[in-house]
Amino acid sequence: MRKQNNTNTKTNGKVNPLKPSERMKIPRHLPIEQGAEIRISNFEEVSQGFNFELALEEAKRCLECKNPVCVDGCPVNIDIPGFIQLLLEKDYQAAIEKVRESNYLPAICGRVCPQENLCEIVCLLGKKREPVAIGKLERFVADYEMAHGKFTPPQKAEPKNQKVAVIGSGPGGLTVAAELAQRGYDVTIYEALHEPGGVLIFGIPEFRLPKHIVKEEVERVKALGVEIKTNVIVGRTITIDELFDELGYESVYLGTGAGSPNFLNIPGENLSGVYSASELLTRVNLMKAYKFPEYDTPLKIGKRVAVIGGGDVAMDAVRTSKRIGPEHTILLYRRSREEMPARVEEVHHAEEEGIEFQMLTNPVAIHGDENGWVKSIECQKMKLGEPDEKGRRRPIPIEGSNFTIDVDTVVVAIGQSPNPVIQQTTPGLETTKWGTIIVDEKGATSREGIYAGGDIARGGATVIQAVADGKRAAVSIHEYLTQVREENKKKAEQVAES
Amino acid sequence: MFKIVDKEVLAPTLSKLIIEAPFIAKKRKAGNFVIVRATETGERIPLTIVDSDEEKGTITLIIQAIGKTTTIMTQMERGEFFLDVVGPLGQPTPIDNLGTVVCIGGGVGTAEVYPIAEALKEAGNRVIGIVGARSKELVILEDEMNQVCDEVIVTTDDGSYGMKGFVTDALKNVMNDEPDIKGVYAIGPMPMMRAVAETTRPQEIKTYVSLNPIMMDGTGMCGACRVTVNGELKFACVDGPEFDAHKVNFDELIARNRTYEDQEKMSLEAFLQEQECKVHDAQTEQYKYKD
Ligand SMILES: Cc1cc2nc3c(=O)[nH]c(=O)nc-3n(C[C@H](O)[C@H](O)[C@H](O)COP(=O)(O)OP(=O)(O)OC[C@H]3O[C@@H](n4cnc5c(N)ncnc54)[C@H](O)[C@@H]3O)c2cc1C
Ligand SMILES: Cc1cc2nc3c(=O)[nH]c(=O)nc-3n(C[C@H](O)[C@H](O)[C@H](O)COP(=O)(O)OP(=O)(O)OC[C@H]3O[C@@H](n4cnc5c(N)ncnc54)[C@H](O)[C@@H]3O)c2cc1C
Ligand code: SF4
Ligand code: SF4
Ligand code: FES
Repeated sequence: MRKQNNTNTKTNGKVNPLKPSERMKIPRHLPIEQGAEIRISNFEEVSQGFNFELALEEAKRCLECKNPVCVDGCPVNIDIPGFIQLLLEKDYQAAIEKVRESNYLPAICGRVCPQENLCEIVCLLGKKREPVAIGKLERFVADYEMAHGKFTPPQKAEPKNQKVAVIGSGPGGLTVAAELAQRGYDVTIYEALHEPGGVLIFGIPEFRLPKHIVKEEVERVKALGVEIKTNVIVGRTITIDELFDELGYESVYLGTGAGSPNFLNIPGENLSGVYSASELLTRVNLMKAYKFPEYDTPLKIGKRVAVIGGGDVAMDAVRTSKRIGPEHTILLYRRSREEMPARVEEVHHAEEEGIEFQMLTNPVAIHGDENGWVKSIECQKMKLGEPDEKGRRRPIPIEGSNFTIDVDTVVVAIGQSPNPVIQQTTPGLETTKWGTIIVDEKGATSREGIYAGGDIARGGATVIQAVADGKRAAVSIHEYLTQVREENKKKAEQVAES
Repeated sequence: MFKIVDKEVLAPTLSKLIIEAPFIAKKRKAGNFVIVRATETGERIPLTIVDSDEEKGTITLIIQAIGKTTTIMTQMERGEFFLDVVGPLGQPTPIDNLGTVVCIGGGVGTAEVYPIAEALKEAGNRVIGIVGARSKELVILEDEMNQVCDEVIVTTDDGSYGMKGFVTDALKNVMNDEPDIKGVYAIGPMPMMRAVAETTRPQEIKTYVSLNPIMMDGTGMCGACRVTVNGELKFACVDGPEFDAHKVNFDELIARNRTYEDQEKMSLEAFLQEQECKVHDAQTEQYKYKD
């Protein structure tokens, strides 16, 4: 393996001849994108990222800080200046390998991380100018390897002959599996659906994260010897206790996500034509309903669609709907633009795509026609009051402001809760009142040998948080199993002596 | 991949398939179902586990061809594979010794009520079975029902076999003869289940129906299967599929199940046409060889 520890590939001035003041003058480069007019009629990726030229030019902007604060901004502490320097040296393969030391899912995170709030928000260059496009560079080196490079799985430690079961194949589960396989454990991932990837496969749309990219990164996890068993619902097909007692697993990681959709509990929510965002997105992404009738799963999006919510999920739902081809697509959100939790880049993309934003609007009822189909949605106008605990201003209804919008499809995208099946079937596993699993600072649950992370522990969070939790749990599981191993050895020795 | 180890054609559009699925076979209880996807481009659809054999590691499914997916599945042969089978799903039927109970199956619903009748019998109940179908050749599982019920009444809409009439007509007779029915379990087409609910409502006989809303994941992740029971939102795949028949909002469910009517029709027609073309091609092919 090349250049393992080259954090100090400081080729200052040699590779990048520009003085810091010159670097600072270069404006941030924009990725190549499909135009809004064209992309609304296809499901291909909106952002095509950087080509070689743009990547090299953008990399030149990095100041190679002595104290690279960007690294602290990244939840998995990727050596950002390190990989950017390798990129500048045009050793793209070494650059991606550097990234992979800290993050086993770079092509995914480079695309979907909320970089503007993580590595890029703290980038020193961003204090005066715009930050280095770190995510796009990460994506570039990852894509380079998929297109031109050669992936060799990282070296694995000596086999430990200990089995670990990972439940759920989202970004958290994939990361734990990759980390533990590298440490020499036998890892099996159990996944409820017929395809691995979690939200990356069934939630985030093709036009933001192509499924072949997810499949490729999943293949890389498998290349470490990880086995993935799909169509297994832990808690139903097999229980956690059976994994320990009958199948000989010595530790279990729970990465089952927060997959159960919330509804508004307003009249008319069960009319035909009302979807949860999860149903809409799963039909389109996992079941490929956008290719109906080539694929058998149908989807019915009418002429006028209203999507309710203001987060990433709402944005994905509204942009997915738009691509199915209704005449009018509206997003209804009960606070104002500033409070929207969705990523800025995606809000901007949605706007370019001609989605109407109707802010400070709260749905109170959905009305149907004589066949039980959605006909209109009744809403109430809101105004903003005092900030709540999180600092977001609270929406307050304006009395007598009700009005209706004619729509034939409604998509509810107001969040997801944890699926309770494992909690209900695993005695002794402590949960919060919201149903999330309680973990300590090491990712350990209330039951020995069981660890958890990602959305099942945090409620709705991010891909990179799930990855970071996975890494933390892998370290803890390794410690735990090392201890188990030593105790077993001692016991065996005692038996031998007596 | 899940191997079809045996197949039996019960009626022109009704097939019984035995599938290799050892983990599911071990865990399943009466009232559970699986979600099946036959092929790469296929839909995920729910099917009741009619029976299982823990030793052989198999489960039994009985499928009625009504649309494209079920048509494909009923035409699959022994030795072929389903890509995905996941389960066991849903809450098992609560089985107690109640006394006298009635188990009603309409059409393919008989396959779904059979395991419940079997479990109720094993628990010590006196089980009266009612098996309904449109006509004689569509009556299924009569022998099996006879084995697990104390008495079985067969009804056909056209009177070609058994009693002429609907299952509710037979139920009314049973209700007249039996003063103390402790429970009614009805599975079949939605209008039938609703009619059963209305039949037992005046006497407040506890009645359970197994709802068949559209499902996708079957694990509580999409909300497609949501139904209103007693004014509350329920996910049939995790909270059901069985519910108190007197509390179900059938109108809403019947309307929701029509969501994809147009697409379903289109899918089936295109599929049948394609099949015809294949048959036609095969015939011309044969013709050519003869030449
Ligand atoms: C539409 C949408 C868009 C998003 N966009 C972004 C974004 O742009 N950027 C970002 O950072 N984050 C985004 N998120 C959030 C992010 O996807 C999640 O925080 C992240 O995927 C959580 O990862 P995880 O590993 O906890 O599990 P998940 O990705 O939720 O995966 C959990 C897996 O476990 C499986 N599972 C559940 N129960 C069982 C069981 N009993 N047995 C076996 N398997 C089981 C599930 O089928 C699933 O595959 C988005 C989320 C959604 C829904
Ligand atoms: C819990 C449960 C158990 C069932 N058990 C059996 C069984 O043992 N044997 C059997 O033959 N059938 C069973 N069904 C019904 C079976 O799932 C549907 O007949 C099948 O999905 C129809 O698919 P299709 O493509 O052939 O027909 P389509 O043409 O797609 O649809 C025909 C009808 O089936 C319903 N339907 C369509 N898609 C779905 C879906 N994904 N999920 C549920 N319903 C759908 C529609 O309301 C429509 O009226 C069960 C349904 C449920 C919910
Ligand atoms: S993983 Fe995310 S936070 Fe870390 S460097 Fe990449 S884009 Fe930034
Ligand atoms: S903080 Fe910004 S400029 Fe400094 S090393 Fe990191 S990416 Fe480069
Ligand atoms: S089928 Fe998706 S929640 Fe029930």
